[in-house]
Amino acid sequence: MGGLKILLTLTLLLCSGCGQFFSDRAPAVEIMNVSYDPTREFYRDYNAWFTENYCEGSGESVRVLQSHGSSGKQARFVIDGLEAHVVTLALAYDIDAISSKTGKLPPDWQTRLPHGSAPYTSTIVFLVRSGNPKNIQDWGDLIKVGVEVITPNPLTSGGARWNYLAAWGYALLQALDEDQLSRLSEDDPLLQEAEEKAFAFLSALFRNVPVLDSGARGATTTFARRGIGDVLITWENEALLALKSLPQERLEIVTPSVSILTEPTVSLVDEVIDKRHTRDVAQAYLEGLYSPEGQALAARHYFRPREMQHASPEDRDKFPELHLFTLEEFFGDWQKAHEKHFSPAGCFNRLYAMRYANQEK
Amino acid sequence: MFSSDYISRLSRLIFQVITLAFVSLFLILPLCVIISESFGGGLKAYLNAISHPDTLLALGLTFLAVIVTLPLNVLFGIVAAWALTKYEFRGKSLLSALIDLPFAVPPVIAGFILILYLGKHGVFGSLLEKFDLNIIFSTPAIVIATLFVTIPFVARELIPLMQEQGTEEEQAAVSLGASTLQTFFYVTLPNIKWALLYGIILTVARSMGEFGAVSVLSGHIRGKTVTLPLHIEILYNEYNFTAAFAVSSLLMLLALLTLIAKEFFFWKLNSGGSVHQVQEDTVPGDPAS
Repeated sequence: MGGLKILLTLTLLLCSGCGQFFSDRAPAVEIMNVSYDPTREFYRDYNAWFTENYCEGSGESVRVLQSHGSSGKQARFVIDGLEAHVVTLALAYDIDAISSKTGKLPPDWQTRLPHGSAPYTSTIVFLVRSGNPKNIQDWGDLIKVGVEVITPNPLTSGGARWNYLAAWGYALLQALDEDQLSRLSEDDPLLQEAEEKAFAFLSALFRNVPVLDSGARGATTTFARRGIGDVLITWENEALLALKSLPQERLEIVTPSVSILTEPTVSLVDEVIDKRHTRDVAQAYLEGLYSPEGQALAARHYFRPREMQHASPEDRDKFPELHLFTLEEFFGDWQKAHEKHFSPAGCFNRLYAMRYANQEK
Repeated sequence: MFSSDYISRLSRLIFQVITLAFVSLFLILPLCVIISESFGGGLKAYLNAISHPDTLLALGLTFLAVIVTLPLNVLFGIVAAWALTKYEFRGKSLLSALIDLPFAVPPVIAGFILILYLGKHGVFGSLLEKFDLNIIFSTPAIVIATLFVTIPFVARELIPLMQEQGTEEEQAAVSLGASTLQTFFYVTLPNIKWALLYGIILTVARSMGEFGAVSVLSGHIRGKTVTLPLHIEILYNEYNFTAAFAVSSLLMLLALLTLIAKEFFFWKLNSGGSVHQVQEDTVPGDPAS
């Protein structure tokens, strides 16, 4: 039984080795921030700033646990019981889902913090390869034959929903002007005609998409590292970060003529913070995002801060001016947008199914 | 015309070349890529990545999963194999098939099954709620997921062997007055120990590398519910490619160590420790004396 003895000794050695990692070194308070993909770098820095700052102010040591993934998946985890104290997700719809499915936070959560609980914003831009070999300038170029477009799956990725809605909004603006869009009622034939055109535009666009990743970060890696596709539709913050983090891949940003104002939202998860008595810390954590330091950090990590004056001048230069429309202007609210576009019978599923039908022919 | 000797040598050469090409293309080359990529940032970056607190915590959690899973699976494997080979009962073949279920179920699905089973809305949801217990998205979830996917490994190694050996020896021991435990430790265990060790090694290897089921159940909380494979994914997603490959090489090293352990045991098995000899050594010194 010599073999067993050796194995046992080894096991014991490993046990004692890793035991120390599990000894209690927990600080006074622990909160968990469940966030989406592209905020990894921002919250790493923000958490460091917050723990230091909060400790100085209250004398209480705090540790922020961090979890990242596709926005929809993360919301699903929270619904299934992941103990988030705060959620900082890609779109309000995902936080709405947590609220409506579990009641862990009230339905009016979005009114509890300024700017509809979106402390920072971004927009949707294109990332292309150095020199822009396919000469992509605007949304219209994405449906040209022979252009491969990379965008994640709108059914799982928050970023991809924004991508999709930005493209839809662009297509609407080709048929109607902004004034008409806000004036026309939903069943107006003019608007319906424009929406049919938008549907056709999106169908053509998704015919150019060879692969749907589940999240924004996965799509960036597919495009940048694995070299698949001619253009990546992505968050502006994700594109700027990719330029900085992957200089060897030689990428360029193309800002389209018009895009959507993306508003990633944040909220407390009341049920958890009340049970764990962490409301004060969690509240301070979210309010800190609106502080001058929080805004400056967001800008450093390529998110457009609500208060641009807090960003350093060189950070401010990263954000070019462009025509931005909001979700509310073109789509009403997330509930409506979801019903119409991303529900099982929604436009996305229909146009994506058509894509396969066309391929078979 | 070619002689038959020439043809057989030629075919041997062809087979060897094909095997070698396949092994180098699909095994050795990827390993080399991992190693070269992991040292892409220099030795210092490599050591930094390996010794980063998050990496150590992930390593600790991976070991914890292995350490908890292993004894439970050994116990279960022996019990199940014993039940399936030494006794006759109704539903035996069904039980035998059920043990293989974790082989058949994709790990991701296994993860979702466990969420439905142990989650807040699951079968035990209200009970967990009452005692304020959190199983999924915490360390126990990682362990349970690992346990689930590795259940068949020990049992599957033991069953064929024990079937082949039959029950004569045990019956002899019992008729000589040995108790059940004595029969097990002096007769059965010596007969199955090499297969058991092999099962253990397979379990260890699989527990360390499990990704799918663990990924679904972990919640990806940094420094808390992240095992080595999940940590590699996170590093990769954070554009930290060098560190991702460095940690991969660490996981690979652990896998190689298990392989070496396996080879070592098989070498012992072949050099003097064959099943029959072991049997002859141990049986005389048993309960009767």
